[in-house]
Amino acid sequence: MNTDMVSRNISNMNLKSYKWLIPIILLGLWVLIYFNLQPVTNWFIDDVIKLPLGKRLTETLRFFIFEVPKVLLLLILIIFGVGIIRSFFTPERTRKALEGKSLFTGNVMASMLGIVTPFCSCSAIPLFLGFVESGIPLGVTFSFLIAAPMINEVAVILLFGMFGWKVAAIYVGTGLVIAITAGWVIGKLKLEKYVESWVYEIKTGHVDDQDAKIKFSDRIQSGYTAVKEIVGKVWIYIIIGIAVGAAAHGYVPEQFMANLMGKSVWYSVPLSVLIGVPLYSNAAGIIPIVSVLIEKGVPLGTALAFMMSVIGLSLPEMIILRKVLKMRLIFTFIGVVSLGIVFVGYIFNLIY
Amino acid sequence: MEIKILGPGCSKCKTLDKLTREVVEKNGINATITKVEDIMEIMKYGVMSTPALVVDEKVVVKGRVPSSDELKQLLTK
Repeated sequence: MNTDMVSRNISNMNLKSYKWLIPIILLGLWVLIYFNLQPVTNWFIDDVIKLPLGKRLTETLRFFIFEVPKVLLLLILIIFGVGIIRSFFTPERTRKALEGKSLFTGNVMASMLGIVTPFCSCSAIPLFLGFVESGIPLGVTFSFLIAAPMINEVAVILLFGMFGWKVAAIYVGTGLVIAITAGWVIGKLKLEKYVESWVYEIKTGHVDDQDAKIKFSDRIQSGYTAVKEIVGKVWIYIIIGIAVGAAAHGYVPEQFMANLMGKSVWYSVPLSVLIGVPLYSNAAGIIPIVSVLIEKGVPLGTALAFMMSVIGLSLPEMIILRKVLKMRLIFTFIGVVSLGIVFVGYIFNLIY
Repeated sequence: MEIKILGPGCSKCKTLDKLTREVVEKNGINATITKVEDIMEIMKYGVMSTPALVVDEKVVVKGRVPSSDELKQLLTK
């Protein structure tokens, strides 16, 4: 038994000493593929299957074959990074960071932490209870609950991949502004009495922070896990999305949507939010629709407002939150966030 | 050994429940497994992200689904 353990230890050590090499090799491969996509695509289209240059179908196909691996590669790299970053931000730590913060500072911090703290809407209740129980103000808690789903990492990557860094930055920036302001407003409205009363009676236990034990190799591991989980779930939406985008790119007339939802139509922003709030989709599913909208003459502000209202406010999350919040507070929450989104939409249409 | 799976019923919670049962059965671990769905009960453990795994009243995993190897290690030590 002793020798068995020794030999197992040795083989473990061998494995461990080379493990750090794997991410570096993968990164090298990534760079190699990513920066050669355009020539490879062109070679495939023009020399292998020899499609006639400049035809609509050729260009649509070229767009599709180039975009799919490009966006998937970006997604894998960034989700890997996000997975590692998130291993530093547990909900417990975020709560500790927010304890005892004043209203405005708390709103700003909660919104930013909402981006990096791992969150899924099924955890909304324990998180809400945990925050309230440790005395974090309601408004600050809401800033977190607004930012966490609305500023979604997959959405950021896709916007970056399809429209460039400016649009991606605008999306993150305005999302933060909405989360901060809406949380602050909800805090000022003094709505604590519309939280279900049992929430304040609950006593939660405290677990010790086990994060001190986490090694760096575990964090790398959580990067891999994040890629497997998130990319494994959204890749199909991305392919469909790019296909729809490519088809619309080549075949639907440019100004198709401009009359219906264009800049000159004053109600286009509130209308798109009104349509978007009851709809629910994950971030990957909504982006292709947004890209088609923008492509076909819908102004950026209107399209972003639509997207934020779809992924930021969702019926399933409201039903979950109903367990801890009275209807009045839920409606206030929806109202304040919708107003914020409409406001941002108008500002963008004005600037662009 | 007493194992509890904390989670209000999201898909990850079901995965953890299933995986734990598999690992316990495969390795012949003598344990009772209960799934805790009541939010008041869950909060008693101070967990803010589900699913969570509780072994003998101690929270060992929270907010994620561990691999079956890790799970085996946690349950057999």
